[in-house]
Amino acid sequence: MAEAPSGNADNNAAEAFLQGGSLKHAPGPYFGNYGGRWMPESLIAALDELEETFNKAKDDPEFRAQIADLNKNYSGRPSLLTEAKRFSQHAGGVRVFLKREDLNHTGSHKINNVLGQALLAKRMGKTRVIAETGAGQHGVASATAAALMGLECVVYMGAEDCRRQALNVARMELLGATVIPVTSGSQTLKDAINDALRDWVANVDNTHYLLGTAAGAHPFPAMVRYFHEVIGEEARAQILEQEGRLPDAVCACIGGGSNAIGIFHGFLDDPSVKIYGFEAGGDGVETGRHAATITLGKPGVLHGARSYLMQDDDGQTIESHSISAGLDYPGVGPEHSYLADIGRVSYEPITDSEAMEAFRLLCRTEGIIPAIESSHALAGAIKVGQRLAADDAEAARDKIVIVNLSGRGDKDVATAAEWFDLLDKGSAESEIGKEGEQL
Amino acid sequence: MSTAQTISKSAVAIDKARAEGRAALIAYLPAGYPSVEDSIAAGIAAARNGADLIEIGIPYSDPVMDGQVIQAATTEALAKGFSVNQVFDVLRGITSQTDAAVLVMTYWNPVVRMGVDEFSRRLSEAGGAGLITPDLIPDEAAEWMEASDKYGLDRVFLVAPSSTAERMQRTVDASRGFVYAVSIMGVTGARSSVSTAAKDVVAAAHNAGAERVCVGLGVSNADQVREIAAYAEGVIVGTALVKTLGDGGVDAVATLTKDLSTGLSREKA
Repeated sequence: MAEAPSGNADNNAAEAFLQGGSLKHAPGPYFGNYGGRWMPESLIAALDELEETFNKAKDDPEFRAQIADLNKNYSGRPSLLTEAKRFSQHAGGVRVFLKREDLNHTGSHKINNVLGQALLAKRMGKTRVIAETGAGQHGVASATAAALMGLECVVYMGAEDCRRQALNVARMELLGATVIPVTSGSQTLKDAINDALRDWVANVDNTHYLLGTAAGAHPFPAMVRYFHEVIGEEARAQILEQEGRLPDAVCACIGGGSNAIGIFHGFLDDPSVKIYGFEAGGDGVETGRHAATITLGKPGVLHGARSYLMQDDDGQTIESHSISAGLDYPGVGPEHSYLADIGRVSYEPITDSEAMEAFRLLCRTEGIIPAIESSHALAGAIKVGQRLAADDAEAARDKIVIVNLSGRGDKDVATAAEWFDLLDKGSAESEIGKEGEQL
Repeated sequence: MSTAQTISKSAVAIDKARAEGRAALIAYLPAGYPSVEDSIAAGIAAARNGADLIEIGIPYSDPVMDGQVIQAATTEALAKGFSVNQVFDVLRGITSQTDAAVLVMTYWNPVVRMGVDEFSRRLSEAGGAGLITPDLIPDEAAEWMEASDKYGLDRVFLVAPSSTAERMQRTVDASRGFVYAVSIMGVTGARSSVSTAAKDVVAAAHNAGAERVCVGLGVSNADQVREIAAYAEGVIVGTALVKTLGDGGVDAVATLTKDLSTGLSREKA
């Protein structure tokens, strides 16, 4: 099917869920009216090969054992579930727990996906991986996996981002990757994806495109989710073990949506758990300078999937804006569009200012420097907690909210120092700190 | 309202060339580059100097199948304020002055945004022959299949060296007018030689029942046109014309088209 008239399929799915059906393990290619393969014919054979390899691998005990071993002995999983008691006092008094993806090797959830896909690349006999990156997080993770598994790695990165993130470029090069500055279009993350796709079309025989988020053409959304499902599985088991019950709410930040779909998946079939996705509101959704794709976008097709999309009346992609490079993308994974339409997940925007206040708060109350991406989820959790307290302050103290702390904020120190005016005027850090330099 | 029985404008143009003992020449030009007026003038110049079909590209923010020359041209058109509505002005401008079949080449999202039926209706009204869709495969094209039947439009899907026999069959079956054979695994752009893969793709499309197969990607001179004309019903030239338009204007497009058309004859390879 292509573009079925919206409405019916979604209502049926929502109804099925309410009647006890499952939202977990959605296989794609479609999530309601979203997903699919809006791709050049040249790449369809490669997508078919990837889908077949992935489907075989996930049913193969040897592959599952490889993933489990890498998660435990390389990434450092399971990641902790830490109660943030002092931070909780600012969130209406609810009990906030942090899923500590920041403690993974390379400092974020990204490692889960790159290890899985790099293993698949090996299974397909590919010798080269390519990746896109905005600020450099996924590029660094891809370079890491490629180094570990002996694959050639080429990373496409907007020319402006290369300049702003010179140290992340150096990181990737230290890990043996080649970084190619992208000068086409708006020279941002979406153009880096475009150039990676152009490379893939030309080199598909020996190259796997290691896409960094749960978006793109089938099987990427379902496959990337699969590799991140471990986040939600761990979090659910940990809260049951630590508190003996499910949480009342789960919060995550949404750019393309990979960390979010990973933790959400564990709780999709638990109707008592409210699920929240927090998009980048930038300067405020009313200003037009934001990346709140689901909040304000309209369905369209970009990079291989039908999903909500920031676009103008002509269907041209609009540039997104966020202080957080990892959320600065005008599209979103198709499963999120579906979960939004059926009402299972609530998506709300968080402004740069709200995110940065939450960033500082976590630093000072818990001794944890979060990624600015994850700070959007923290700011959202504060709102959720305060709403619960407004309803019933007494009852709120027993509520449990889990936040996916998807990454650590070491990379964001210069941005934060600039934001909070902590740098001497004219210092080198002050010069490069604007718009997300990562030291 | 037209019906599925409507004669394919692209097929008529290609068959006319065939009757003359030659392959058809298809010229690609982006709408709005270097201006809306000049893109009309360039299309007319191409049609009057040997192009049997004109392919008008809609400038798009994320053209993943295009190389640097076409990217630069379409980015410039967008920067100058091109809007999708203007593609219909370009079509009218060319179809009112020439007999060429004029198709639109577009990435899919601008069509989705306008509405597939509405876009098709306006395309038909403007005299357009149909659509070439680089990022729409038949698997996702249910709405376009319906609208193209309703308005009698050609639907030109792409086949590639990587297409399996099963996909080749499916794509040939879904196409109307002609099938666009991608000559190499890559994006648009002039190349010094035509890949040997092109001939195999065309043969596979013919075997799947395609009556008209046209080859695009990387074709830039009359020698390459001659090579392809020996085995395909049409030859598509894009990047070379776009570069020429940028460098030498509409007159240069006329000159290059005339030169390219010298390669079309099948009488001597």
